[in-house]
Amino acid sequence: MSHKIFIPRDTTTLALGGEKVVEAILKEAQTRRLDIEIVRNGSRGMFWLEPLVEVETANGRVAFGPVEARDVTALFDAEFFKGSTSHPLALGDPEEIPYLKKQQRLTFARAGVTDPVSIEDYKAHDGFKGLEQSLKLTGQAIVDEVKASGLRGRGGAAFPTGIKWQTVHDCSADQKYIVCNADEGDSGTFADRLVMEADPLMLVEGMIISGLAVGATQGYIYLRSEYPVAHQIMNEAIVNAYASGYLGDNIQGSGKAFDLEVRLGAAAYICGEETSLLESLEGKRGLVRFKPPLPAIEGLFGKPTVVNNVLSLAAVPFIMDKGSKAYADCGMGRSRGTLPFQLAGNLKQGGLVELAFGPTLRELIDDFGGGSESGLSMRAIQVGGPLGAYLPDSQWDTPLDYEAFSAIGAVLGHGGIVVFDESVDMTEQARFSMEFCVAESCGKCTPCRIGSTRGVEVIDKIRSGNNVEANLALLDDLCETMIDGSLCAMGSMTPIPVKSAFQYFSEDIALANASSSAQAEAK
Amino acid sequence: MLQHFDPNKDYGTPARISENLITLEIDGVTVTVPEGTSVLRAAALVDINIPKLCASDNLDAFGSCRLCAVQIEGRRGYPASCTTPVDVGMKVVTQNEKIAKLRRNIMELYISDHPLDCLTCPSNGDCELQDMAGAVGLREVRYGFDGHNHLDAEKDLSNPYFSFDPSKCIVCSRCVRACEEVQGTFALTVDGRGFDSKIAAGQDDSFLDSDCVSCGACVQACPTSTLMENNVIEMGQPEHSVVTTCAYCGVGCSFKADMKGDQVIRMVPYKGGEANQGHSCVKGRFAFGYATHKDRIKTPMIRDSINEAWREVSWEEAIGFAAKRLKEVQATYGRESIGGITSSRCTNEETYLVQKLIRAGFGNNNTDTCARVCHSPTGYGLKTTLGESAGTQTFDSIKYTDTMLVIGANPTDAHPVFGSMMRRRLREGAQLIVADPRKIDLLKTPHLKGAIHLPLRPGTNVALVNSLAHTIMSEGLEDKAFIASRCDDKAFIKWQAFITEERNSPEAMQSITGVDAEDVRKAARVYANAGNGAIFYGLGVTEHSQGSTMVMGIANLALATGNIGREGVGVNPLRGQNNVQGSCDMGSFPHELPGYQHVADDEARGRFEAAWGVKLDDEPGLRIPNMFDAALAGSFKALYVQGEDIAQSDPNTQHVEAALKALDCVIVQDIFLNETAKFAHVLLPGSTFLEKNGTFTNAERRINRVRKVMPPLAGKEDWEVTVALSNALGYEMNYNHPSEIMDEIASLTPSFTGVNYERLEELGSIQWPCNEQHPDGMPIMHVEDFPIGKGNLAITEYVATDERATRRFPLLLTTGRILSQYNVGAQTRRTENQTWHNEDVLELHPHDAEERGVNEGDWLGISSRAGQTVLRAVISERMQPGVVYTTFHHPGSGANVITTDSSDWATNCPEYKVTAVQVEKVTQPSEWQKNFEDFNKKQQDYLKKGRRSRSEEVSQ
Repeated sequence: MSHKIFIPRDTTTLALGGEKVVEAILKEAQTRRLDIEIVRNGSRGMFWLEPLVEVETANGRVAFGPVEARDVTALFDAEFFKGSTSHPLALGDPEEIPYLKKQQRLTFARAGVTDPVSIEDYKAHDGFKGLEQSLKLTGQAIVDEVKASGLRGRGGAAFPTGIKWQTVHDCSADQKYIVCNADEGDSGTFADRLVMEADPLMLVEGMIISGLAVGATQGYIYLRSEYPVAHQIMNEAIVNAYASGYLGDNIQGSGKAFDLEVRLGAAAYICGEETSLLESLEGKRGLVRFKPPLPAIEGLFGKPTVVNNVLSLAAVPFIMDKGSKAYADCGMGRSRGTLPFQLAGNLKQGGLVELAFGPTLRELIDDFGGGSESGLSMRAIQVGGPLGAYLPDSQWDTPLDYEAFSAIGAVLGHGGIVVFDESVDMTEQARFSMEFCVAESCGKCTPCRIGSTRGVEVIDKIRSGNNVEANLALLDDLCETMIDGSLCAMGSMTPIPVKSAFQYFSEDIALANASSSAQAEAK
Repeated sequence: MLQHFDPNKDYGTPARISENLITLEIDGVTVTVPEGTSVLRAAALVDINIPKLCASDNLDAFGSCRLCAVQIEGRRGYPASCTTPVDVGMKVVTQNEKIAKLRRNIMELYISDHPLDCLTCPSNGDCELQDMAGAVGLREVRYGFDGHNHLDAEKDLSNPYFSFDPSKCIVCSRCVRACEEVQGTFALTVDGRGFDSKIAAGQDDSFLDSDCVSCGACVQACPTSTLMENNVIEMGQPEHSVVTTCAYCGVGCSFKADMKGDQVIRMVPYKGGEANQGHSCVKGRFAFGYATHKDRIKTPMIRDSINEAWREVSWEEAIGFAAKRLKEVQATYGRESIGGITSSRCTNEETYLVQKLIRAGFGNNNTDTCARVCHSPTGYGLKTTLGESAGTQTFDSIKYTDTMLVIGANPTDAHPVFGSMMRRRLREGAQLIVADPRKIDLLKTPHLKGAIHLPLRPGTNVALVNSLAHTIMSEGLEDKAFIASRCDDKAFIKWQAFITEERNSPEAMQSITGVDAEDVRKAARVYANAGNGAIFYGLGVTEHSQGSTMVMGIANLALATGNIGREGVGVNPLRGQNNVQGSCDMGSFPHELPGYQHVADDEARGRFEAAWGVKLDDEPGLRIPNMFDAALAGSFKALYVQGEDIAQSDPNTQHVEAALKALDCVIVQDIFLNETAKFAHVLLPGSTFLEKNGTFTNAERRINRVRKVMPPLAGKEDWEVTVALSNALGYEMNYNHPSEIMDEIASLTPSFTGVNYERLEELGSIQWPCNEQHPDGMPIMHVEDFPIGKGNLAITEYVATDERATRRFPLLLTTGRILSQYNVGAQTRRTENQTWHNEDVLELHPHDAEERGVNEGDWLGISSRAGQTVLRAVISERMQPGVVYTTFHHPGSGANVITTDSSDWATNCPEYKVTAVQVEKVTQPSEWQKNFEDFNKKQQDYLKKGRRSRSEEVSQ
């Protein structure tokens, strides 16, 4: 009898020695003349448990993790391949692990369950049902369904996806495009990567539906070059989708056409900004375009273009399969559905947590984070990537909702959450935020191009105790200039983390000054 | 209405054309502008001047400096007014405390990375950054000046005309955008990102080593002194400007001559110039230094024989000497033994006077002009088919062209400013068809959407144009309605029968033209099916034994497809010299009085006789080649040449030289001792375009004013010299100003009756015809009908030229132009343009090179049945096998030693474009070149001696 063993092939698992585990299992099985079948699934997003090895049994799966190569002999000795749970790494039914069980996985339901590039597997787990439904509908009906779901852009700006689609739908043009923004560059984020590595066909399906909705026949996934594994898996999935007639000029015999290809970025954060992404996709320098015209009206090669984040497009198959109501029933206020949060930084249990909007940040950290990794108490949380605010403890009871965050001058962004413990010097974090802008500014507009460099210099002066009051006032002015004057969010949002660091953690200025003068004395 | 256009003001973003007008409110002022207009421009139109740095009205909005931020009721934040289109009922605030603070803070950032050397900066007094710092009230830079900066960035001084000092750069990208949008070269880019962003030429090359063509658009676009003319760096800011017209090619660009006293500091393309619309090329923009070159002839000179030294004399003596010699020759050899050549480089007024002097003063019609050797077939061919000897369009019309068919022209080199307009339209998606033996640069236009190259064999134009027409007619692609209403049916039926004969098919002609029949068919379809198809042609059409036939073939194509009489279409000859259209209009040809009125037309001639008070000859006089032949035959003995260098520019140099030597009296009026002057007996100093008043007429029939910016170096404008000579000959001329000459022209030329200097001042320029029917001139011709009523499709039988490849001369030589040099090079060789092209070379295909064992740079002897010369080899894939190419910008190259007496059957325009030659490796210059060197040395010596004698005389 053959034993089916699942070992993820995603980047995190590979980084944690997944490949060595696979080799060790194969070798051990050969030695023991055991017939085993290894399926390379995607990760379920519980990264502290990777490599998470799962075994299929008559009663469902049994998980073991985190498994290292050196554990393999003992696992075989304990007959893990039969689903025996006697080994200490045994975790039982993975779906019953509280971290997973407490989530509302609409988008990531298949992550870690299926072979990411298998059409059969995908279909066996509700795959392509949304497409099937969509093929029966007019473009407008699809747009209406997405509008009704309340889905908002998951890239960070939270613009209603259905309204964007409506604009493209209403344009008449000889060519329209669907562009998927997979240039996931926010620090502490990995949800896009997980979609592409664990369930890429869901993205393919979402893009096809989007194409049907607006009348676009060509899609591009703009993928950051730092994701080679996602690139590989995504391409395999696309090849398989073509082979099974889901892509190409006659989708499942419908007469509708949609082509899709992956294009690699060139390591520029700014190309995650939709207009410079389009420039880059056209083969030009990644320079921000001014708006209007909106990309929905004049986008890629001047044609009407849907530019959506991976998560926005990945949410669509569920909406079209289960209905907009099923999606909209989750969430709070104007934030409908779920957001895949990504826990990172000083936490014991980093990973992906898909939740309906609504719980507080503190609940998220407490329920899933597993406590401080360093053991030191937590002091600041940056939500929404490098352009998001640093939140002090006093703000952690804010509900995870776009409007609630906006009200305190923060952003949910792409759902990245990075936790800092009390050892952090927040003036250094403020400096880091400015420096990030120095490194990643496209250089087009003056406030961002020169302002970020001056920002670092001013913060350095503040930190070293040089004319602190005047320089704090200057920094305030600079932040105002960047907010009011910048061409895109890169420049206008950089002040968010900078200002929050100085506003909520101002006591660090004195500490930095003291340490700076101590250093000066030491010299 | 507020749409008054001030060419000296920058409105920030380009004008938009729309029938939808939008009304909005800016600072409480109601403004109505076309839809698509930016808020910045709308404000500028009502003189609300919003600060800006990256915006300029010749460039698309960019939105990078953020200085033009405004507030708009109901909208978030501070949108840049340059990138925000107007909207109905919009309420805009351009000035308040908050906006002022934002602008000041942005400026503070700029200045934190900018040298504080305003007082010693070349831009001082003309710096937008300085102006804006003033406008926003910047008073301190709180960041200090010890932060990161670019103050030590290295200068690039590689270009001879301008410097690049990146320490002053504000990275507004105006230079990059000008290079792309205005010039279309894409030589510049921004390298790096963020604070490290910097302007780079090519792959971070020097400007000189990059693709930069030195058009100057970037220099003009730069708001600081980062890109700055060297003249301004050396001499400081100009103190006044005069708008005038460039004296190089037939585009006729308007320039502002920026002056300090009577010294030209720089030439800046004038935005109000309708031909060039603010653009320029390396010649017009920078190559004006020849005007004050030490080689300028500043004193009249005479001598009895060409084998003796010159004597500098007074104007009176020189004129008297010339008149005496002319009279003596006429007394001895008869009235028709003398003649003259008018100049396509001089003004209309001057050209008019020279032909008047010849017809009325000399008493014969022995007048001709250099158009003889360039566009005379255009005159003949277009007059025969369309009824008017001129291009049908404005340059601006290309904005509406869907397909451009370019035949025998190389616009990016020879008409660069129009070449840029073509490239812009090509980037917008127009289709390009090029019929040329060489792969010209237009085919390498960046972002070209679609192009067909028809690389025909030299000398087979007519075969090609016939096969294009055959395709159109046999595939039913013609415009039947246009033909029925606008073309003469008898002529059409005859032509249709001729052109549809199988022997004119692309398949039948393939063996003659060497062009794939399917490509010809494809090209014919693209041209015929285009909404608007326009044909542009140059000397590659006219300078052939069948030049006139080819011009008619081109007109046939346009007539058959209805591509005549509206924007975006037409037949567009690209004229070589600044005033070649004008010199033809002014009656330079032996058979035509001004306005193309035939000398045999009694009515017309009668009017001229009445006005000029003399009896005129009713027989056409000698053409230039006839003059040479007559000189050698002994019947033609004296010649007055104004501003043309026939010894260098006319074909078969040895024949020309022999003819000039056979003359008893050669009077040359020129700014330099040119090649012809070396055979002269009287040398009358000419004046450059900077030294006189007058008008030039460009290739689109546009009459532009030429304005004097400095006094003539030798004391007389060219027209004054002709007047003096005429008076000395006894035919009285009396004018106080060129405007009076124009008034006389207008009184005698039906197409010019509405032209005068007051009207020119008022309108800026006028495209003739300008008369009672067309009081403001006529931009597009033949809209309603043709001057001959109906369009006349002419039979264009292909006849092979005698110049064909043989065993002795197996290659075909064709000649052309290069961007940096102009014509015979007399002007450009005396400027820094030499940096780019200091010798003529022979381009040949690698195959022909290999067959002859030729390496790049080898000396090559080129021989034809006319002569031999030696040039260096350049091996180029641009050539097709069997065809070699050179230019004739340097006299010592002897390109025209090789060209032959073969010429157009109708007009005698020389067949410069086809000469059968052989090429072989040699080790020394040709016999002719050695003789040329000796002769040149001797003549230069004579000039030096003449000058010395004068200075000795003066010192005594």
